[in-house]
This record gives sequence, structure tokens and C-alpha cells, in this order.
Amino acid sequence: MREELVESKPDTEAAATSAPVIRVENVHKTYDLGEIQVHALRGVSLAIFPGEFVAIMGASGSGKSTFMNLAGCLDRPTRGRYLLEGQDVSQLTKKELAAIRNRRIGFVFQGFNLLPRTSALENVELPLVYSGIPHRQRVERSMEALRTVGLAGREEHHPAQLSGGQQQRVAIARALVNNPSILLADEPTGNLDSRTSVEIMEIFQRLNEERNLTILLVTHEADIAQYAKRTVTFRDGKVRHDVLIEGRLIAAQVLPTLASVDEDDEADASDGAEAQA
Amino acid sequence: MDFMAVLRVAMRALARNKMRTALTMLGIIIGVGAVICTVAIGEGASNQVQEQIRNLGDNIVFISAGSVTQGGVHMGSQATKTLTVGDAEAIRQQVPLVSKLSPGVGSQVQVVYKNQNWYTRVRGVGPDYMDIRRWPVSEGSLFGQHEVAAASNVCLIGKTVVENTFGDEDPVGKTMRVQNLPFLVIGVLQSKGQSPFGFDEDDTLIMPYTTVQKKISGIDWLNFIMCSAVSNDAIAPAEQQMAALLRERHHLRPDEDDDFIVRSPSDLAQAQAQAGRIMTLLLASIASVSLLVGGIGIMNIMLVSVTERTREIGVRMAVGATEEDVQMQFLSEALVLSLLGGTAGVMLGVAGSMAVSSMLRWPTLIPPEAIGVAVLFSAGVGVFFGYYPARKAAHLDPIEALRYE
Ligand SMILES: Nc1ncnc2c1ncn2[C@@H]1O[C@H](COP(=O)(O)OP(=O)(O)OP(=O)(O)O)[C@@H](O)[C@H]1O
Ligand SMILES: [Mg+2]
Repeated sequence: MREELVESKPDTEAAATSAPVIRVENVHKTYDLGEIQVHALRGVSLAIFPGEFVAIMGASGSGKSTFMNLAGCLDRPTRGRYLLEGQDVSQLTKKELAAIRNRRIGFVFQGFNLLPRTSALENVELPLVYSGIPHRQRVERSMEALRTVGLAGREEHHPAQLSGGQQQRVAIARALVNNPSILLADEPTGNLDSRTSVEIMEIFQRLNEERNLTILLVTHEADIAQYAKRTVTFRDGKVRHDVLIEGRLIAAQVLPTLASVDEDDEADASDGAEAQA
Repeated sequence: MDFMAVLRVAMRALARNKMRTALTMLGIIIGVGAVICTVAIGEGASNQVQEQIRNLGDNIVFISAGSVTQGGVHMGSQATKTLTVGDAEAIRQQVPLVSKLSPGVGSQVQVVYKNQNWYTRVRGVGPDYMDIRRWPVSEGSLFGQHEVAAASNVCLIGKTVVENTFGDEDPVGKTMRVQNLPFLVIGVLQSKGQSPFGFDEDDTLIMPYTTVQKKISGIDWLNFIMCSAVSNDAIAPAEQQMAALLRERHHLRPDEDDDFIVRSPSDLAQAQAQAGRIMTLLLASIASVSLLVGGIGIMNIMLVSVTERTREIGVRMAVGATEEDVQMQFLSEALVLSLLGGTAGVMLGVAGSMAVSSMLRWPTLIPPEAIGVAVLFSAGVGVFFGYYPARKAAHLDPIEALRYE
């Protein structure tokens, strides 16, 4: 399934019409472990524009997660500038960073990171709680977000009562619920089988198309990267390749060709497909 | 993050480990319960002493004749003959801090009515005596200045004397023999029960002091003078003024000892109440050590909870919780824990002190402010011991917390 990658300047069309959502300039991240210093990032410069869907690839330890943490304002660069929607976030206080994570960024993790023994609905509500949104509205918006990821009717289920794919959808709903402009996903399909992974890609593509949501997706799997629009490859803390994807895969088209893993997931997937149609 | 949401999260976290929550609260419950119980018992006892002080009389100052020691031999208390009616009159006129005053003489007498006889003490006093002692006459009436001037053979008798001489008969208006002299019973005293010093107050006769002086003891001096000060605060200065006056009247040189004794029974009772209060305070502070232990228990469990929920903290931070939000969350959890424990402890303390009063017949009294203080204090314990774990949670690095296994 490997398509030929073409080295190019990313999405020139978008670049011409709008300012980048994420702009990092010569960013370094050094972990000081006392005896030794780990240079996780050594001068990364990158611009990501609204509505882009970027797959970030690279060998283990190449700095992908470190970059995502910086992009997500979970961490601050040791050196260099980071402009988020034009605002320099390198110097912001922890409190201001928390507000950015809350409103402008959605995270999806490999390990789902849902609160255990807490209903899907309450998991999704979490960012709204920290935005100070009243209970009634929180519930409404969370139900809506769960519907978007095809989990209507599972609001009261706890993570332990959901499949891996369903848990990841709850996590995506949580990332979406506060209408962020950027979705950061660090190996979201790493723990999922291939069909469920494509279902997640279907949701990402739909969000990217319909909401013009900017998505950064870290993945080890080349075929998953094919669902994105652009690939950035890291090596040794630097960007090595930055290419647009030719012959991009459309998850909604791929899904019917895959054998269904279980009927439940298929039903959910077709829900999603209908919602998109 | 709104208050209700914080509270709901705290309640849920505590409900998740019910056994652990209950055991953690136990320290606070026992601590608060023990403090409430000791305070209730102490307050009950001190309240009883206060009650007895009030019962004793109206800001009483008591002057008695001094004891005499001759050639190293103790001749008995109230043996000096220098305290006189003149002294009493001088005090009445020259010490304005004294509002009421009664001269007094005492003696032991044989009382006979029909074929019943009884040995009791007689107090010869002035008409103000009953007022000073706050001791009403239940039947009949008190004698007045006229009977004092005339040294009439009239008396009032206490309940115990009535029981042992008249039995069921109404004594008022009857004549009985006291030291073989006929006395008209003009009244019966209201029962006063035991004095704080342990003797039966109702086993007494009351008659004009002149009558006792002339017809029973054959003396012209006084054994005591009983006074009321104008207020509780006036007791001490009144005592000083009276002592100075008496020394002057008795021509005592500065190096000579008083030949009288001035004291106030409330001094003694106050000292007793004070000692009781110190005891209560001591016991309550010992009890509050268990509150401290309870607080340490809370801190311990909160630290465990922070470690267990490291990942949860990471997730909350990733979706926008600030350090303050996280700190608030864990602090409110500690607070809910200690407040619930404190409330349960108050209930335990109230139940415990009720059990003490009904089973051991000890008076207990729970001052309402003690309950308020106990609840506030346990809240304080929660905040104090919850602060460090909450801070620890708030200062976690979100990335490390998310990675925590
Ligand atoms: N908290 C940290 N302390 C010290 N070194 C770190 C820390 N986090 C990451 N590193 C180091 O930084 C480098 C980049 O790590 P990073 O997690 O970004 O890699 P990655 O590309 O995400 O790898 P993988 O594909 O395995 O997830 C690695 O050498 C790693 O050991
Ligand atoms: Mg990684």
C-alpha cells in the first residue's frame, strides 16, 4: 500500500491564504539528567497551517513525542520560539498554558488515558469542567461530541465496559468537546487492531474535512500515515523529510473493503459513515 | 472549576474506597468525640460548682471570730471574744460595698417536742441572714427587727429538724422546748439539702442572735458576721476594707495577727471550679492528640491517593486543569474527609456524654460553641494535613504524570 512520497513545500495553497496555526522556529529541547544531557530536539522549524492533517513519523527516540508535548503546551522548549496562532507561548505561565490546553488543543493518547470508573459522558465533560461551563451545557455538549464519534447511547458506560476502539473514540470526543483548533494525537492507533485503526482515521478525516480541524498525528505505521495529507519525518531530534502525500487513502472508502472484526464495531462504524453522508 | 463539581469529584473519590475512607475518618471521629466528651463532662462539673456557688448565697463575705491558741494549745475555732455587735454596726455604716449584713452566733442545742427530741445546731442571726443566704422561708414567716431587739423566744426550723421532732404535724404556731425554754415556731425553712462542704443544711434552727446570746449561750460577743457584697467584683475590696476596719477597732498592732477570719465561700468554690477547668483543658488537649493522629492518617491516605491517581492528575492537567484546580481538588477531598469525620465525631461525642450522664449520673453540658469549634478544628486539621499532598499533586509534571504506570 506504500505510495510514493514526493518531497515538497507543504500545502502552499493554505500557506498563501492564512497564517500558520503552529509555527516553531529552531526549537531545542534538552533534558538535563545531571550527568548527561539528552538532546531530544535539536533545532526543529516547522509551520503547520489551518486544516492540515500531518502525520509525524520517525524512529523510536527521534523526538516525536517531545515535539507533540511542546506543540500541546504540556512542556516548554529549552530554546527557540513557538508561535501558536501567532502568539508566542514560550514565555507563558503555567496557568496560561493550562488555559491553552483547555480551549485550543485536544489531546489523544496511545493509552487512551480515560479516567477509570467514570462514565464516558463524564470523561468527555472534563475539559468543560475546567472551562467553568455550567453542568447543563456540559452534558449537552458532551452528548453531542459522543454522537460525533459514533458513541451515542454509550454515555453511561465506564471505560472498562468499552472496547479499545470505543475507548479511543471517547478520548477523541473529549479532545473535541471544547472545540479546539488543533488535535494532537500521539500514536492513537498504537494499541488498536488495523480495522479499528482505520475507523479512528475515518473520524479524523471527517473532523479534518468538516470542521477544518488541524490534526497532528504521530504514527509508526506507514499505512496509517497515508490517511494524512502531509508527512513530517523526524530523525535525531530534527525534521528530515517534510512531504505532501500523494494518493491519499480515504478511510470511508477503505472501511467497507475490510473484514469486520465484530458486529458491534461495524454497527458503530456504519453509524459514523451515515453521520458523514 | 465550580464548587459543586469539585465537591462531586471529592465525594466520588472518597466513595470509591469506602472502607479506606471510613478508617481514615476514624481518627478524626475518635478525636473529636473524645474532645466533646471531656469538655461536656468538665463543663457539667464546673456548671454544678457554679450552681452551688449561687446556692451558697448572695456574694457572701463571712467574718468569723479567730481561733485562739494559748500556750501552744488550740482552743477551738471562733474562740476569740473580740467580734462584737459593735463591729457589725461599724461595718454596716462604714463599708458601703456591703449591702446586707447579719451578726451571728452559733451553738448546739437540745430540741424537744412532745416525746421527740433532737440535737441540732442553732444559728442566732439578724433578719437579713435568710436573704444573704438566699434561703426562703417555706411556711410561716421570718422574725423582724422587733424580735431581735426583744430577744424573743421565736425560731424557724429546718426540714430535718421538723422530720425528727414534729413528724407529720404542722410545726408553725406550735411551741417546742429548746434547751428547756419554750420557743414559738414561727416558720419552716425551705429545704436546702447538702452544702457544698458536705453537711446537712436543713438540720438547723434559726432564731434572733440576741436570743441565742442571752438565753442559750450566755455570751455578749459574736461568732460570726455574715455579709453580702454589692457585687461579685466587690467581694475582694469589701474583704480588705472590713479587715482593715476590724483591725483598727480591735486595736491590733501591725505585727499582731488578725483575731478574726475574713473569707468568701465563693473563693473556695471558684478555686475548685478553676481547678476543674484546668483539668478539663488538660484532658481535652490529651484527647486532641488523637485528632492530630487522625490528621496524620488523612495526610497518609491523601499521599497514597495522589500516587494512585498520578495518571488521572496528568489527564486533568492535559485537558486544562491548572495547578490550583488540582490543589483545590485534593484539598477539598481532605476537607470533606475531615469534615465528615468531625461531624460524625460530634455525634459520637454528644451520644457519649449523654451515655455518661445517664449511666454514671454525672452532669454533662455541651456548650454549643464547643461543637462549632470542634467542626472548625477538624476542618483545620483537614486543610493542614491535606495541604502537602495536594501541593504535591499540583506540582506534578503533566508529562511525567501521564506516563506514570
Ligand atoms: N523526560 C525525559 N527525560 C529524559 N529524557 C527524555 C525524556 N523524555 C524523552 N527523553 C528522551 O528524548 C528523546 C526523544 O524522546 P521521544 O519520547 O520524543 O521519542 P519518540 O520519537 O516519541 O519515540 P517513540 O516512537 O518511541 O515514542 C529520547 O532519547 C528520550 O530518551
Ligand atoms: Mg513517543
